[in-house]
Amino acid sequence: MPTIETDAAAPDAMISVRHLTKHFGPILAVDDVSLAVRRGEVLGFLGPNGAGKSTTMKMITGFLAPSAGTAVVCGADVTEDPIAAKRQIGYLPEGAPSYPDMTPPAFLQFVAHIRGFRGAVARERIQTAIARTALESVLAQPIDTLSKGFKRRVGLAQALLHDPPVLILDEPTEGLDPNQKHEVRKLINVLAPEKAIIISTHLLEEVDAVCRRAVVIANGRLVADGTPEELARRSRHHNAVRIEVTHAAAGEVSAALARLPGVASVEPADDDESEALMVFAKDGRSIVAEVADLARAMRWEVAGLRVERGRLDDVFRTITATA
Amino acid sequence: MGHIAVIVRRELASYFATPLAYVFIVIFLAMAGALAFFVGNFFDRGQADLQPFFTFHPWLYLVLIPALAMRLWAEERKSGTIELLLTLPISMTEAVIGKFLASWIFAGIALALTAPFWITVDYLGRPDNGVILASYIASFLMAGAFLAIGACLSALTKNQVIAFVVTAAVCFVFTVSGSPIVLGFVKGWAPQAVISTVAGFSFLTHFNAIIRGVIDLRDAVFFLSTIAFFLYANTIIVDLKKAD
Repeated sequence: MPTIETDAAAPDAMISVRHLTKHFGPILAVDDVSLAVRRGEVLGFLGPNGAGKSTTMKMITGFLAPSAGTAVVCGADVTEDPIAAKRQIGYLPEGAPSYPDMTPPAFLQFVAHIRGFRGAVARERIQTAIARTALESVLAQPIDTLSKGFKRRVGLAQALLHDPPVLILDEPTEGLDPNQKHEVRKLINVLAPEKAIIISTHLLEEVDAVCRRAVVIANGRLVADGTPEELARRSRHHNAVRIEVTHAAAGEVSAALARLPGVASVEPADDDESEALMVFAKDGRSIVAEVADLARAMRWEVAGLRVERGRLDDVFRTITATA
Repeated sequence: MGHIAVIVRRELASYFATPLAYVFIVIFLAMAGALAFFVGNFFDRGQADLQPFFTFHPWLYLVLIPALAMRLWAEERKSGTIELLLTLPISMTEAVIGKFLASWIFAGIALALTAPFWITVDYLGRPDNGVILASYIASFLMAGAFLAIGACLSALTKNQVIAFVVTAAVCFVFTVSGSPIVLGFVKGWAPQAVISTVAGFSFLTHFNAIIRGVIDLRDAVFFLSTIAFFLYANTIIVDLKKAD
């Protein structure tokens, strides 16, 4: 698998990761990862567990020292001037850790003070962060006693507190219920135009919902980089046609479809119990017109016809299994 | 400096957020009193000084100080907050010093609450207040040295119980290194220079010198440099172990 080299030297990049490498003893956790994120871009880190997503984030945020390479955040090199880089970053670590014996306002006040806000400014920042993450109902409770969803939101509030130009969120929606996930994604979309954001996730629907671009990391290497659409195009489901024909022998339909010149194969659709067929295109070309013409010529009763744009989980599995 | 103060405040608040602070203070005061009265014969000696009170401080600290220090880094590592703390725009040195100072201030508060002993002695007789003040300073410095060792060792593990036990053991070695318990190990084979160096690390020797009224700046320097050494080691250990 070739290493994908994105334009890490892009002049307007707010985060630029240059040949980041991390060894843990004999284990190579991150292998020469380079990428750039611009303002307004939400980059999704995809990859199986243990692929190196979190380790890469820990190096960008200055928690771990890279074995080689570096990351530059808003002009500050994280290996040379970590404190300047950390000022520009809002970071939600994996698992959203926070001090269990503190209440959310006390915790946020600690972070505000460390970040140099005092008095009225600090209070206003804390208020804004609390409002943005909807923490109002739990202000008097120690973080220890909060539900997983609230803990995650406290972590987000902490990351947003100083309105940083760069946000790095490690699995921001992990452990949240569907409503909470929706809220967090909405928040990310609201913040996105002003910031450069990296989120890691293994939820592919999240990539569709919030990411402008996605990279796939497997075994510590960057193995794919593109918009969610570009990635989906690599799927064998790209431009496949799902067709549901009633009152016809499935074998005949399937055989007729398979004879079309643009069709690679015909399989029963895997999505439900109906008799739908999935018609796969050769080389991802558009075959919907051919399929529709054939259906009309054969006078099939078509109950459903849909073009697939491609499936990320497909791509994800193919890429990460071969890498 | 600002960052250190913010960390100190958070750490101190977290001592008082749990019963640990109150349990510690009550037990410290009760044991300090009990040892001075019943074992040290505070009243029966008929002398207006606090020697029987201070004599037991090293042993009291040996048991209680590791309990103060064990959580400093082990807890951060266990809960993952160390990642949060060290990705805030602060330096490692600020984090290490802030945490240590908070625990030292806490120990200072506990020590200050023993002031009624001093007031009693001063009321009943005419003690040498200079020696008592020096003893308080020595006790505070020794607590700092114990805490610096404890902070450093608590960065080695995520388990607070292990941190407690290892700290107590190391502190014990430092406390008695001037006595046959430790010197017996080296006496047989090591040259005299090594033996006297080992003996020189004894907290007990330095502490007893001061509380007997022999006030020597070198004893204070010994404790301060022990603190500095272990805090420096602390930064290195945190850096090495934070990712585990």
